[in-house]
Amino acid sequence: MSVGLARDQRESAIHSQVHLWQVEICPRDAAHDHLAAVISSAVADLRLNDQVHVRAAHGYLVEGEVDLPAVEWIAKRLLVDGVTEVGQIGRVGETALNQQDSDQVCRYVLFKPGVTDAIALTALHTMQASGFAVRAVRTYRKYWISGASAETLTLLERKVIANASIEEVVALPLQLESLATDVRYDFELLRVPLLDADETQLMAISRQGGLSLNLLEMQTIQNHFRSLDRNPTDIELETIAQTWSEHCSHKTLAGRIEYEGPDGRRTFQNMLKETIFKATTQLRQQWGDKDWCVSVFKDNAGVVKFDDQFHVCFKVETHNRPSALEPYGGANTGVGGVIRDTLGTGLGAKPICSTDVFCFAPPDMSPEELPEGVLHPARIMRGVVAGVRDYGNRMGIPTVNGAIYFDRRYVGNPLVFCGNVGLIPVDKSFKQPQSGDLIVALGGRTGRDGIHGATFSSVELTDKSEKLSGGAVQIGNAIIEKMVQDVLLQARDRELYSAVTDCGAGGFSSAVGEMAEGLGAVVDLELAPLKYQGLSYTEIWISEAQERMVLSVPPENWTALQALCHSESVEATVLGHFTDDRKLQLRYHGQTVGHLDLKFMHDGRPPVVRQAKYTPTSAQPYGPSNVATAAHAWNLSRASIEDTLLRLLGELNIASKQWVIQQYDHEVQGGSVVKPLVGAAGDGPSDAAALRPRLDSARTIIVGNGMAPRFSDFDTYHAATSAMDEAVRNCVATGAIPSRIAVLDNFSWGYTDRPETLGALVRAAIACHDLALAWQVPFISGKDSLNNEFSYHDAHGQRQTIRIPHTLLISALGQADTDTECVSMDLKRPGNRLLQIGATYCELAGSHFSLVRGLEGGQVPEVRPQSAWALFETVHRCIKAGWISACHDLSEGGLAVAISEMAFAGRLGATIDLSQIEIFSTNPNAAESRCDTVPADLVRLFSESNSRFVIEVPPAFVDNVRREFATLPISDIGVVTDNSLLVIRSGEQAVAEMDIDTLRERWQKPLAW
Amino acid sequence: MKTLILRGPGTNCDQETAYAFQLAGSQTEILHLNQLLAAPERLRDFQVMCLPGGFSFGDDLGAGRVFGYKLEQQLGEMLQQFRDDGKLILGICNGFQILLSCGLLVSPRQDGVRRATLATNDCGHFLNRWVYLEASTSKCVFLRGIHRMVMPMAHAEGKFMTDGPETTAELESHDQLALRYVAPLPDEPSLGDWPANPNGAMLDLAGISDPSGRVFGLMPHPERHITKTQHFQWTRLAASGRTKENEWPAHWSQNGQGVFRNAVEYFR
Repeated sequence: MSVGLARDQRESAIHSQVHLWQVEICPRDAAHDHLAAVISSAVADLRLNDQVHVRAAHGYLVEGEVDLPAVEWIAKRLLVDGVTEVGQIGRVGETALNQQDSDQVCRYVLFKPGVTDAIALTALHTMQASGFAVRAVRTYRKYWISGASAETLTLLERKVIANASIEEVVALPLQLESLATDVRYDFELLRVPLLDADETQLMAISRQGGLSLNLLEMQTIQNHFRSLDRNPTDIELETIAQTWSEHCSHKTLAGRIEYEGPDGRRTFQNMLKETIFKATTQLRQQWGDKDWCVSVFKDNAGVVKFDDQFHVCFKVETHNRPSALEPYGGANTGVGGVIRDTLGTGLGAKPICSTDVFCFAPPDMSPEELPEGVLHPARIMRGVVAGVRDYGNRMGIPTVNGAIYFDRRYVGNPLVFCGNVGLIPVDKSFKQPQSGDLIVALGGRTGRDGIHGATFSSVELTDKSEKLSGGAVQIGNAIIEKMVQDVLLQARDRELYSAVTDCGAGGFSSAVGEMAEGLGAVVDLELAPLKYQGLSYTEIWISEAQERMVLSVPPENWTALQALCHSESVEATVLGHFTDDRKLQLRYHGQTVGHLDLKFMHDGRPPVVRQAKYTPTSAQPYGPSNVATAAHAWNLSRASIEDTLLRLLGELNIASKQWVIQQYDHEVQGGSVVKPLVGAAGDGPSDAAALRPRLDSARTIIVGNGMAPRFSDFDTYHAATSAMDEAVRNCVATGAIPSRIAVLDNFSWGYTDRPETLGALVRAAIACHDLALAWQVPFISGKDSLNNEFSYHDAHGQRQTIRIPHTLLISALGQADTDTECVSMDLKRPGNRLLQIGATYCELAGSHFSLVRGLEGGQVPEVRPQSAWALFETVHRCIKAGWISACHDLSEGGLAVAISEMAFAGRLGATIDLSQIEIFSTNPNAAESRCDTVPADLVRLFSESNSRFVIEVPPAFVDNVRREFATLPISDIGVVTDNSLLVIRSGEQAVAEMDIDTLRERWQKPLAW
Repeated sequence: MKTLILRGPGTNCDQETAYAFQLAGSQTEILHLNQLLAAPERLRDFQVMCLPGGFSFGDDLGAGRVFGYKLEQQLGEMLQQFRDDGKLILGICNGFQILLSCGLLVSPRQDGVRRATLATNDCGHFLNRWVYLEASTSKCVFLRGIHRMVMPMAHAEGKFMTDGPETTAELESHDQLALRYVAPLPDEPSLGDWPANPNGAMLDLAGISDPSGRVFGLMPHPERHITKTQHFQWTRLAASGRTKENEWPAHWSQNGQGVFRNAVEYFR
């Protein structure tokens, strides 16, 4: 074996000096140049006129006491794939490695020093483990670009081949003396002159320190330290800023709000507690012994009962700001962060599936339309999808559900929601650190990553953010987190620790601060393992380096934990211990650098008082938005209806997301029951995902989501209930037991200091409260992300602000008794009957029909809680009885889109008769008159009224189903046919007749990247 | 009989793979690479070694590269002995990439350079969808009696390639070209074409064995199709009114169980 050779190389290495080698790896042919392909697609997104051609290579810079034969030996076995790649080795700076043709420019792209380079670390560790005296490794990419004008080249350098916030672009020749990144850090205790500062100075301190604290908060801190008769140290001020940040404390929504809206005037002392949280509390009291919630709004995730041995937990986080700046890293760490929420719930839950929802501007926007400082939406989308893909897939957690919503107002401020579900043993659902327990950091090392993420994510983005906020960008390393998970769950089952929490925003400062609440803690900061030297004590404390957990470990268990971690190459380090003096003491090499009163930290923040005011858009008659659209507004001709249906299917919100879905591993862990794509060819859009979390049990969880940002433009109350209806009905359509569905809220909102914007949010929260109570569907966890606005200066130097639509994501976690009770949405068998369930109203405001035909005004879809719930329960009874072969909910695009999707997913035809569908009247004193101009068949086809389904029923069961729905709206609309035609009639009149392949192709085309 | 499920940092299909072996009648033990390196003699406790799917060492230097390198450098001779003793080795997905990296399936050139690889899919990224497979070997122990199978693939680097016709001919002459992607229906011609072949693999190869037939690697995931509701179309079959199993289309029963059962039965 070749071990002998390695030994020879090792011996020769001992006598050599330090060299800096460059191993450059080129694809053997263009077909394998995947790096260049990525650039080419990004260039295509920019729609440049230049005929840009790119060729790429990647490589390693290897520094150490290794000679050329040793590097060649390593390269052949470890770095270069001899079948598809060609390697070239030389000294850094060598001419042979720095060549370009006359019509080319060549650029190196390297991570900036200090940015996590996971690949380089793996290479370094593997070489060192083989005995090579390698000191450092850095990776690089290299591009040869031809056909680009100087202007284009600048654009490519800035926006395509590198991301300025984490990478640097270097021209030929590459010149580096050394890879060393360590810098010296000379300890100096910094105090912030707060005691005598006036208001201006206080705000200057907050701004310069990036603390995001307002004047009142600064004054409160000033008073606190005046009472102690000393200035705070920098680390003390930072700790308070992190704890009081919007991201960590949710001070706005949990604060005092004076609200005035259509529901009257109300004063909240704690808005969330008095709306969403209150509904859950009331439900749990109502349920008494039958309460199936376990832990809500308290831990990292909400926990509900699953079976005798396990509970399930669910959390959805937002990661909007980081994703706007560095889509790949932002989404990557968003997924990593929410998985750590699961790992840090109770004594640690096993992550079993992920759900990811994004909001982007349309990816076909032309670059000229983009404000300065904004990444192209296609670039953001590709980056976000790849970031989610790479983290989830590497962790081995199936990404089973999601949605992508497009609206131009997300252009500067895309939204990225990352959710994770966990499975936790019944007896491991709660934690309690004890005084005397060791504070143990587990997992990744601490670097300068993401400093000020918590405070940064609480401020508005601007066109300068791209340049200023680089430090707040984090890079994930999923394998480290998987290794942490592997040891954590073993340590949990061996009961080696008493509490666990994740290091998220605010790093150690938030994690230890939170765990120490009610106790006290002493932390020796110099003990934290660092990625590189040179971090100050404060940087160590607030770094948001990824993949770290904090454990509270009884001293007697430390040896066992240490051995376990060592056996899996996971780093675990004692940082200090918990006390009982209610103080947080921070030390650096024995010297106290911070001494904070925990009570002040957690309860000292002055209450935020906000005004909130909401006036829904007054209902306007429904009609064309301009002369151009007027001619066709009510066109009922077959050609016009068919054209509208095709355009609806091609709308980005409706179009197939297959390109995204198939990049996610949705079957790992082996429990997949209903996949995100279903049907005869595995390409139909399922309503919700179902999976069995335990291989040895048939009990199933079902995950769905809903959002209706377009309805928010009319009334956020109905947008909220519509989102909740969608999330719940998606689960019900797939087979979930309605009375076992729990939901989460995620508010992504604009600038809430503005009363109108906050008012819109309060109204949505009231809606969540009302519907949760009416349906007895508990909210179990939630998260908000505020101030999602993007400001820039336009061509005239005017400051412009783009506000995102008020966006509330509702995520639903359902359960089914057994996997075989689940149904999918694809048509199954010719001859089966098609029935529409639920009431259709003339609710076209905010609909996609309005978008496509250029209509405005009208009634926004509402939820009628009582009848909706009766429908859900009845649909479920029929599913459980085995009478329903296919079930699909009606959402964007209404019946027309739903029946199209069912038909082409099943590769079967359908014939339906619209005249069978009754149109119900909306609130008589509000809207009737506004709808009478709208032809009934348009309402039947395209209304987006809530709480509706189309079901496929074998003829033998039709009577049973009709009997169940005796008092509820149900219409027998048609039949499944043994051909490829969707035929829509209204009585005797032909409305549309289309080939299902035509429909499907239109639906698949927009995002078939 | 007992199967070793060998995992490392980033392995993530170990539990469902162990479960598949258990259903087939094997005892299983999941060991971390570090544990095996610390006590290589533990290999003797097992008749089968399986390298499950995942992203070992993040696939950082190439899929399966680091894990394969460590196995080759530190356990190479023991693994050859394991095989020569008549025992079985299975690599699924990342496990296949590892086996190919460590030279157990196709021996490397004299200078250590590999002769076969699993390159990036033609589409350039990770892909998860269902594929149809046909066995084309009389040698591979894991595929005995198996004609067709249906199961998901989920990988970014699964395009099998050799360094040239000579190596390919050698593999063919040793009956190593064991498993191929085929069209959904036997009479549909689609060899080599997307989408039947999901990654552009040479000769539609989804899996190969070593010359002995006792070491086998495949990209698709047999452990993800061992129960009915894992099948991507079970809701269609269940709801189609065809309630008797013998009325179901053939691929309904063409699951991945056989791969694991064959391993167990080999030692009966």
